[in-house]
Amino acid sequence: MKIDKTYEGSFHIVGGDFSHAGEASTELKTILLSAGVEDEFVRRVAIATFEAEMNIMIYATAGILRYTISPEEIRIIAEDMGPGIENIELAMQEGYSTAPDWVREMGWGAGMGLPNMKKNADTFRIDSVVGEGTKVEMIIRR
Amino acid sequence: MKLKEITEILSLRPLTPAVGLEREVSGAYVGDLLSDVMANAGEGNLWITLQTHVNIVAVAVFKNLSAIVIVNGRMPDSDTMDKAVSEDIPILLTGKSAFETAGKLYQILNAQNLQG
Ligand SMILES: Nc1ncnc2c1ncn2[C@@H]1O[C@H](COP(=O)(O)OP(=O)(O)OP(=O)(O)O)[C@@H](O)[C@H]1O
Ligand SMILES: [Mg+2]
Repeated sequence: MKIDKTYEGSFHIVGGDFSHAGEASTELKTILLSAGVEDEFVRRVAIATFEAEMNIMIYATAGILRYTISPEEIRIIAEDMGPGIENIELAMQEGYSTAPDWVREMGWGAGMGLPNMKKNADTFRIDSVVGEGTKVEMIIRR
Repeated sequence: MKLKEITEILSLRPLTPAVGLEREVSGAYVGDLLSDVMANAGEGNLWITLQTHVNIVAVAVFKNLSAIVIVNGRMPDSDTMDKAVSEDIPILLTGKSAFETAGKLYQILNAQNLQG
């Protein structure tokens, strides 16, 4: 309720670095809670960010997660250097996954991450260039 | 129903004794796919899974789950344990399967609903 200006920040995410999985989303959650926003909003942001963070960790070489918090919304941009996505429509389908076995063993690879992001965001946009990387942009309103 | 009662009735073994069990359980969700749990588990749910990786703690935190029950006698590594303690998420262990654990819990919670 007390957000009266714009806060910006970013997190660097390294591909394959699972020991730090969830740290960016956890920190963002802490920032939002300390700003006194509603639990339900924080939950949506945390879930969407966690899925974006994990995709960078699983599929890309490295990436950056940037956020801008304003009184009425948060904008999250997750951008990576990685293999990119050949068929975005297919990747957006629930159940579609190319996650390798070692990732599946940890419980990822349901093919629900991108749909979860879309569901929790008010605006969702994904752009990708094969061989270069992927950019996910989300706006979540309070 | 309180997590403490459920722990006793199902003979679950707390892996994280430092984390209190005085919390309310709203129901349960069974799943081994993290994104599925993120999409479908409800707030206050007990999460029954065979996953042991440290990522399960983050899922429980983000979904405000009441506890994680790890089945089939599986043992999480110390990373998961440390994270659970620091994030205040109880982890409970059982040698039983997910089917047995969920089945028993379903009975208990249903019986309570009928009484209450
Ligand atoms: N940043 C990315 N770079 C390259 N490919 C990606 C990226 N994000 C998603 N993909 C591709 O899209 C597919 C679907 O992604 P999504 O997050 O929906 O599911 P998943 O990661 O496979 O499983 P889950 O998220 O349920 O654990 C992935 O399997 C992968 O092929
Ligand atoms: Mg994913």
